[in-house]
Amino acid sequence: MSLQPLLDGGLRPLVQALARRSVSATEVAQAYLDRIAVANPLLNALITVDPAATLREAALADTRLASASTTPGSGSAAAALAGVPIVHKDIFCAEGWRTTCGSRMLDNFIAPYDAGVIERFKAAGATTLARANMDEFAMGSSNEHSWYGPVRNPWDLQRVPGGSSGGSAACVAAGLAPAATGTDTGGSIRQPAAWCGVSGIKPTYGRVSRYGMIAYASSLDQGGAFARSADDLALLLDVMSGHDVRDSTSVAREDAPFSASVGRDVRGLRVGIPREWFGTGLSAGVGAAVKAALAQLQALGCELVDVSLPASSHAIPAYYVIAPAEASSNLSRFDGVRFGHRTADYHDLNELYERSRAEGFGAEVKRRILIGSYVLSHGYYDAYYLQAQKVRRLIANDFALAFESCDLIAGPVTPESAFMLGSNSSDPTSMYLADIYTIPVNLAGLPALSVPAGFDAGLPVGLQLVGPWWQEGRLLQVADAYQRSTDWHLQRPAALKGEGA
Amino acid sequence: MTQWEVVIGLETHAQLSTESKIFSGASTAFGAEPNTQACAVDLGLPGVLPVINRGAVERAIRFGLAVGAEVAPRSVFARKNYFYPDLPKGYQISQFELPVVVGGGLTIQTSQGEKHVRLTRAHLEEDAGKSLHEDFHGLSGVDLNRAGTPLLEIVTEPDMRSAEEAVAYARALHGLVRWIEICDGNMQEGSFRCDVNVSVRPMGQPEFGTRCEIKNLNSFRFIERAIECEVKRQIELIEDGGTVVQQTRLYDPDRDETRSMRSKEDAMDYRYFPDPDLPPLLVGADWVARVAAGLPELPVARRTRFADALGLSAYDAALLTASREAADYFEAVLAAAPGVDAKLVANWVNGDLAAALKRGDLDIAHSQVSNAQLAGLLVRLADGTVSGKMAKEIFEILWSEGGDADAIIDARGMRQISDSGELQAVLQQLIDENPAQVAEYRGGKEKVFGFFVGKAMKATAGKANPAQLNELLRALLAG
Repeated sequence: MSLQPLLDGGLRPLVQALARRSVSATEVAQAYLDRIAVANPLLNALITVDPAATLREAALADTRLASASTTPGSGSAAAALAGVPIVHKDIFCAEGWRTTCGSRMLDNFIAPYDAGVIERFKAAGATTLARANMDEFAMGSSNEHSWYGPVRNPWDLQRVPGGSSGGSAACVAAGLAPAATGTDTGGSIRQPAAWCGVSGIKPTYGRVSRYGMIAYASSLDQGGAFARSADDLALLLDVMSGHDVRDSTSVAREDAPFSASVGRDVRGLRVGIPREWFGTGLSAGVGAAVKAALAQLQALGCELVDVSLPASSHAIPAYYVIAPAEASSNLSRFDGVRFGHRTADYHDLNELYERSRAEGFGAEVKRRILIGSYVLSHGYYDAYYLQAQKVRRLIANDFALAFESCDLIAGPVTPESAFMLGSNSSDPTSMYLADIYTIPVNLAGLPALSVPAGFDAGLPVGLQLVGPWWQEGRLLQVADAYQRSTDWHLQRPAALKGEGA
Repeated sequence: MTQWEVVIGLETHAQLSTESKIFSGASTAFGAEPNTQACAVDLGLPGVLPVINRGAVERAIRFGLAVGAEVAPRSVFARKNYFYPDLPKGYQISQFELPVVVGGGLTIQTSQGEKHVRLTRAHLEEDAGKSLHEDFHGLSGVDLNRAGTPLLEIVTEPDMRSAEEAVAYARALHGLVRWIEICDGNMQEGSFRCDVNVSVRPMGQPEFGTRCEIKNLNSFRFIERAIECEVKRQIELIEDGGTVVQQTRLYDPDRDETRSMRSKEDAMDYRYFPDPDLPPLLVGADWVARVAAGLPELPVARRTRFADALGLSAYDAALLTASREAADYFEAVLAAAPGVDAKLVANWVNGDLAAALKRGDLDIAHSQVSNAQLAGLLVRLADGTVSGKMAKEIFEILWSEGGDADAIIDARGMRQISDSGELQAVLQQLIDENPAQVAEYRGGKEKVFGFFVGKAMKATAGKANPAQLNELLRALLAG
C-alpha cells in the first residue's frame, strides 16, 4: 500500500497503523526523510537532518512495537506515540544531537543531556525525525534571524513562515513531519502556525517543562507543539505536559487528559471578543477571515460576548523590556569559555569574551542583549523593568476580568498574513508589531492556540483562542469542534503539492 | 592631635553544610579532582535550571532563629550579572532586595565587657568556581567543583569600633554557626571567610568616613592584622592631607599590608533583577516552628544558665560557651563528678585543659583527656585525696599516658596525708628537733613558719594536705 495518505492523515491513524504493525516505524521515518530530502532544500526548514540517527531510533521503536504486539496490554498506554517521528525545534537539548538554537554560537554544540520535553517524547515511543530551523535564540517573528538562513513559507516560497518556530511550522505545513515541537515566548508558536496554515498550541506557563529548553526569556518561554489538527495537539500535549522537579516554575496538576476534551459539543460556551483586537491595525483580509470564523463558532452554538483588554496596547513595549532583560542575562553563559563558539583570535580575557560573542551572535540577538542590559542598568531599572512588570500585572488583570464574562477569548493571531522575505529587515520595530495579539497572552501566562481559519489572498490566516490558566482542554474542545465543521486545516500548499510522492 | 574612631562592619560567607549544592544535586565535598563535582547545572550548560536545596533554606532558618532575627516569609532570589570564567552562567544567584533573614544580632565579649553587634541581614547565595592561574604555563584553569556551593552571607551593621571587637564578633559567629551545625567552620578550606569594611572618623563626628572593604580574610589573625594595617593607613593618609577613596582591598599577610584591588569607579553594575527561574522563596510559620523545635540550647541561653544556675563568672561562662563542644564537655564533667563545685570544673576546663589543648593544637572534641577522666581527677581533688599540685601532675599523666586518676594515685602513692594524728607526730618531732627556730618564731619572726612548712613537706614527701598542715603547725608553734 502507499504510505503517502498515512503521512498526511494526522497522528491517530499513524499511531494505530504502527501499533497494528501494518507499517513499520522505519518505513514511516524513511518516507518522511525522503520528503525532507526533496523539499528541505527549498524550504530550509531544518538545521540538522541525520537519517542514520533517525533510522537507528526507528529500528529500536520497531523492536519495541514488535514485543508490545506479542505481549498484549503492555506498554500501549505508556507509548502513545510509539514509532511516530517528530521534528524538534533546535532549542530543545537532545542527547547526542547538535543543538544550535539557530545560532553560530552553538554551531558546534552537541547536547550531553535530554530536555524534559525530549524525555517525554522518548518515553512515549516517538523518534527524532530532524531538528527545526528557528530564529536565533528564538528572537524573531519571521525566521529570518537564523545563522542557518531564513525558512521559506510553504504557501509562498518568497514569504516568511513566521517565527521564531518557523521551521517547525513549515515542516508540518509541507508534510515533512506529522508533528513538531516549538516554543512560544511572544507568539513564536501561534504566529508561524497561523502563517503556515497549521494548528499550534502554547500551553499555560508552567504546564510544560522548560528544563533543557534553551532560555530566551525565562518568565515567558513555554514549550508547545504544531500538528495538523486540534485533535493531534491534544495527543501531543498529553505527552509533553506534566510536572518536572528540575524546573521550579513547572506546576504539578492532575488535569484530565486533553484527548478527552476533543469530540465534544461547544454549545453554550461564551466566547469573548476583545474589541481592541479588531481596531485599525488589523488588515481587512485577516479581519474578514477571523470574523467568518467567529460566525462559525456562533453557528456551533457558542455565545459571542464583547470584552475589553485595555492594557494590551502597552504589551509590546512591556515585552520589549522584560524579554530582553531576561535574555541579556540568560545569554551571558555563551562566553566562549566552556562550550560553543570561541574566537580564534584573542590575547586576553576581555578579547575572548568580546570577539567570541561578537562573532557568535547575530544582529537581532545583539540588539536585544543591548536593550536588556540597558533597562537593567543602575538608574534605569525602576523606570523600565519595574514599570514593565506593573504593566504586565495590569494585562493579566484585564484577562482575569474578561474571563469573568466569558469562557475563552477568540480573535486574530496577527494583524496581517505572512510578509515577503526581507521586507521588514530595515525596521525591527515594525516587525515587532506582528506579535501585538500574541504577546499579551505570554505576559499573562495564559494558554492559547492558533488554528487555520481561511485565507487572505492565498495566504493562511489563523484564529487565536485564549483561555484562563490551565484551560487548554477547553481551547482544544472549541478548536476541534471548529475543525470538524470546517476544512481550512485540511488545505495543503500548492507550491509543494506532489513533492514527496 | 585628632582622636580617631574606627568603624567596622563585617560580611561573612559561611558555607552551609549541605551534602549537595544549593541549586543542583552535585556533591559539595571538598578536595575532589577539578571539575569532577560539577554537573550540567553547575557548568551552566544551555537549558539547565536551578532548583533550591531545601536543606540550605533550613540552615538559613536555623541561623535566623539563633540570632533572634526575622525569618522572612517571602524572600526573592536575584541574579547578579558579571562576566568571569569561574562564574559559569555569567550571573550569580543571590538574594538582593528581599533576603531570607532580616535583623537579629550577636552578643560578644571583649576586654571592655559585653557588646551587642546588630546584624543587617543574612542571605542565601551560590559560590563561584575557582580560577587557577599558577598550574598552567601561560594559561588559566577553571575548577567548577565549588560552583554552586551554598553560602549564607551574614552582614552586620557598622557596630564594631576596634579590631578586637571585630575578631570577637567573628569568633562568636564562627562558634554559633558550628553550634547550630549549619557550617563546619573550616577556615583553611574557605568554609568561613570574612570581608571587612573599615573607616575612620574624628572622635565625635556623627557621619561615617569613607570605607574600604578588605576581601576574603580566612583567619582571625588576618582579620585583626588587616584591620590594624588598614586603620593605620587611613589615619596616616588623612593626617598627611589625603582622602580615603572607596575601594576594595586585599590583605597581604606576607607583607602585612592591604593593597588596592579595584576602586569605586571600576565598580561593576551588576544589573540585579529577580531570577525568573526561581519563584519567591516562601517560608511558612509551621516550617519555622519545626526548625525551632529542632534547635539545640543556644549559646546565650547556656551562658546565662551557667552564670545564674551554676554561679560561674561571666568570663568563665562565655569561655565555656564559645563552642558547643566545650559546653558539652564541661557539662559532662559536671555530671560525672557529683558534688564537685562547678567553679572548680570551670577553672580546670578553662585552665589546665585549655592550656594543654593549645599546646597540642587540638580542639576540645579531640582532647586527650576525656570528660570522664577529668571528672575522676576532680572528684579526688575535691574530696582532699590529692592536693592541687598533685592534681596537676596527675592531669599531665592522664594527658600523656592515659589511664584514670584513682589508678594513678594508687600506683604512685600520691594520696595526700590528711590524717591529723600522723601529721601531728611529724610536726611535733620537727618542733622538738629545732628549738632555736621555735624560739625565733615565738619571738615574732613570722617567716620562720615557712621553714617548718618546708621541713614538713620534705618529711612527708610532699603528700601533706597543705591546709591541714598550716592549721596544725600554727597551733603547735603557738605552744
